[in-house]
Order: sequence, then structure tokens, then C-alpha cells
Amino acid sequence: MSKLSIQLPGLDLKNPIMPASGCFGFGREYAQLYDLSKLGAIMIKATTVEKRLGNPTPRVAETPAGMLNAIGLQNPGLDKVMSEELPWLERFDVPIIANVAGTLTEDYVEVARRISTAPNVKALELNISCPNVKHGGITFGTDPVIARELVEAVKAVSKVPVYVKLSPNVTNIVEIAQAVEIGGADGITMINTLVGMRLDERTGKPVIANGTGGLSGPAVKPVAIRMVYEVYKAVEIPIIGMGGVTNTQDVIDFMSAGASAVAVGTANFVDHFVCSNIIDELPAKLKELGVTHIKEIIGRSHR
Amino acid sequence: MIQQERMIVVRQSEIAHHIFELTLQGQIVQEMNPGQFVHIRVSDSFEPLLRRPISIANINKEAGEVTVIYRAEGRGTSILATKQVGDEVDVLGPIGNGFPVDAIPEKGTALLVGGGIGVPPLYELSKQLNARGIRTIHVFGFATENVTFYEDQFSTLGDTHFVTVDGTKGTKGFVTDLLEELKPEFDVFYSCGPLPMLRALENFYPDKPGYLSFEERMGCGIGACFACICKTTEQQEKDYVKVCSDGPVFPKGVVQL
Repeated sequence: MSKLSIQLPGLDLKNPIMPASGCFGFGREYAQLYDLSKLGAIMIKATTVEKRLGNPTPRVAETPAGMLNAIGLQNPGLDKVMSEELPWLERFDVPIIANVAGTLTEDYVEVARRISTAPNVKALELNISCPNVKHGGITFGTDPVIARELVEAVKAVSKVPVYVKLSPNVTNIVEIAQAVEIGGADGITMINTLVGMRLDERTGKPVIANGTGGLSGPAVKPVAIRMVYEVYKAVEIPIIGMGGVTNTQDVIDFMSAGASAVAVGTANFVDHFVCSNIIDELPAKLKELGVTHIKEIIGRSHR
Repeated sequence: MIQQERMIVVRQSEIAHHIFELTLQGQIVQEMNPGQFVHIRVSDSFEPLLRRPISIANINKEAGEVTVIYRAEGRGTSILATKQVGDEVDVLGPIGNGFPVDAIPEKGTALLVGGGIGVPPLYELSKQLNARGIRTIHVFGFATENVTFYEDQFSTLGDTHFVTVDGTKGTKGFVTDLLEELKPEFDVFYSCGPLPMLRALENFYPDKPGYLSFEERMGCGIGACFACICKTTEQQEKDYVKVCSDGPVFPKGVVQL
């Protein structure tokens, strides 16, 4: 399978496919279905210093070719993730990318400092873009100066490379990408969900208890592809692309636009074996495209 | 164990107004228990996107067939209602923890209380309780006469009573009105239906053991996405449960109603 291997800062990937944060929990549920060692990496659910109970229900609402969610970063807190979830994941031969969230710079720094010492955590993903939590990540991800300063603070304490997950809910995503690169980010992951709303047909009120939710699924793919395409031209650091990936062709599209690896999110809820299936199908797809190694397609849109 | 299978449609019919009975054939039937559900993908495309969780109404292991009963009212279930005999349907299941059939003493009596589209899982439960020699009493509430179903099927298993909100069939009112009138003697109650009904029932029988099946909007159906969370009453050891993977059936008193 060496024709699928990808090397990125901190990450030695067997293949470029990984489940996206928030769509795979801490792996336990999907481990009932297939061997997680097959995956390129796993982006675990966002971890905050203290445990979070998340938002009231309904937390999800289906939309055309997509869904809205406002889970609210529910997670058991840093202590439990360190003592239970990460050690449990050690049984698999797979690098973990730990998604780090918080409401203050100090929260991010505390989570990053400790979680980056876990033996299987090979990289961090800074969640500066989660649109759901009031007074939360949103401000970090939409202001280039604040975003850069946060990256600098986290880089100063992290033992592993730091990737920054960009929010699409900005006027100019290139500006944010360049700011986090200057701040010392080792890579970029993109995109997070697009803020949206669905109304109840009878009452005219939002369906999701939180009011707004993050839009994901095939509906967002064109937006994600465009953003990866633009950011690839503007930064030197690698990009892990995501947004509406459901099949092998989507992976090729993201890599063509400039992603070095690809995360699969919402599709895991629908087609529970989607990551495993894409990994199986990639070699034939490469043959069809006439390339010997998957690296050759990275950024081919620009050549 | 949860598996994904392309099951074959062997029967489908509208048994009441917008209420469909669908029978599917496949291997995963062998793993099914009453009160569990299947997560059905109604289209092989991603539109509509999410699977639909639908409770199991009847299990026939010999024939390898499972029957589900659902209300076709949204985008997903309306597509499911168009499936023809011989069509393939992508099913993930069986999912969740069902009703404990052995939670009741031998020769005991079980009270089964259902509301609307919450009635179907009680059919397989009643069949299995009766097979153990348990007497079953069925009390079901519906909105109106033309959405009621399975009266004959339940009547062959035990005393069956209907109540409708508009009084078009059986007593007029809610299940608790009918229970007030019937005053049934029983050992354990089992229920599935809308939250107000479950809440009323829990308050109505504070001293009886009971099991409640919950409904919530779901994403993945296997416990990974945290969409279908309910708060627990104790808030100590565990402050929440997931309806899909911890439930959908919980002993009464576990979930905050």
C-alpha cells in the first residue's frame, strides 16, 4: 500500500484518509465495525479542559444533501480523554490527531500542553472555528491577528506539530491561512462547517435548539474545494482537506485542489464503512488516473 | 453485533392512513430482539442524507424476515414507501438495547402501553412475552381512527384496548384516561410513544417496575455523533445517555422526562 503513503509534519500516514473530528467520537463505536488500524489517522472529538455537556436537543437537522449540527463540543474533558480514551486507542496502529478547543487562549494552551504528551497523539488540530458555542472559538477563527496569537501560544507549549482548522465563515480565508502560517502552524485543516439555519415548516422557528448549526455533507463540498484551491496557492504548509467527502472521487478532487490528505466527516454517519471503502478503492482509482503514487495528484489543478 | 446489509423488500403495504408495513429479508434478522431498531438508508444517493431509525415490529427468524411499521410523512419515509417487492434497501442493524423480556416473573402479567407510531415495537415484545407464558394487556392511544392498526394481531395475544384523542375509536382521551378506567392488575409495564405519554405513565405507576422506549433525532445511530442525548435523573455517575446506543429502551427513572 506504499503508493498511498503520505508524510506530513508529525504524521506518517499509511494512506491519506482519516475520519474528521466530531464524526467519529473517540473511535470506540466504529471499532465495532472495522479495524481502525486501517485508517491513515483519526481526528478525535474536540477536547476541552473541563467536561462539556453540550447543547440542548434537537442538535441535528437534515437539509438538502447535508445536515446542520449544534452538538456543542460535548466531551468528557481533558483528564478523561488522557486517562481513558487515548490509552484505549493505543491498541490500534494509527496516529491520533487531537482536536483542541476552548473559550480562552489559556484553555487551548492547557489542553495542548498536556494532550501533546500522549504517546499516540502525533499532531494537534486547533479548533478555532467551531461556530456552535457562545463566546467560543468563533472569534479566534475570524480575526487574523487573534488567530495568529493563539497559534503562537499553542506552538510554544505543544510537543507535536500543530495544525489549524480554518472556519469557512469568513470574508477572506486566505488572510487567516497566511496569519496562522506566520504564527508557526505546521499545517492547515479545512474546512469546518458553514453556519446555517433550518426553520420548522409549521412554526417558522429554527429546528435546532441552538438556533444555528454547522452545515456539513455533500452540499458544502464546492465551497470547501474552492477554499482549499485558494489557500494552497497562498501558503507553504500542507493542507488536510475536508467538507462533503463521500467517495473516492471526492478525495481525488480535494487532493487535486491542493490537499495532502483528506478527512471524511458526515459521510461516516450515513455510510459507516465509507473510510474503509475509500481506502480499498484508491489504488484502482490511481491506476485509472495513470499515476503511480497518490502524491502526484496533490495540487494538480494548479499545474 | 451491528452489521450493514442490503436487505430485500418482500412485502410492503399501507395498513392505515400514511402508515406502512414493510417486510425485509436478510441475514441480520437472526440477531434481532424486540425493542431494537434498524437504521435505514432510503436512497443510495446522499439526498436525503441521513438514515432513518425505525423500530422493529415483527421478527421471523425462520423466514429471515423483519417487519417494520412507519409513518410516511417526511422526505425519507415517503421515499421508503415507494419501495417495491424485490428492491434492495441498505440497512444498518440491529441497533440498541431492546425490551427485557425476562424482567417479569413466570406466569406474570405485563402491561404494554403504546402511543401512535410507538405501538409497533410492542408487537414483537408481546409475541415473545406470550411465548414465555406471560399474560399481556395492551393499551394503545392514537390521534384518530384512521391511523390505528394491528388490532386483530394484538387481540390474539391478549386484551387490547384503544383510545383516540378525538374519540373516533375506543375511549376518547389519552392512555392514562383509559388506564384510570380499566385499573389493570400487572407486574411490569413496557411502553413506547411520545414523551408526554411516557412522562404521564411514569407518574401514573410510581410503584411498578417499567421500561420505556425513547425517540430522538439521530445522526449516526451508533453513539458517535452525540445528537440523541438525554439527561439522566441521577446526574452523578453518568449525566447523559445516548438514545441510539445506550437505549432506546431504558428502565423507568433513568432518563429525565
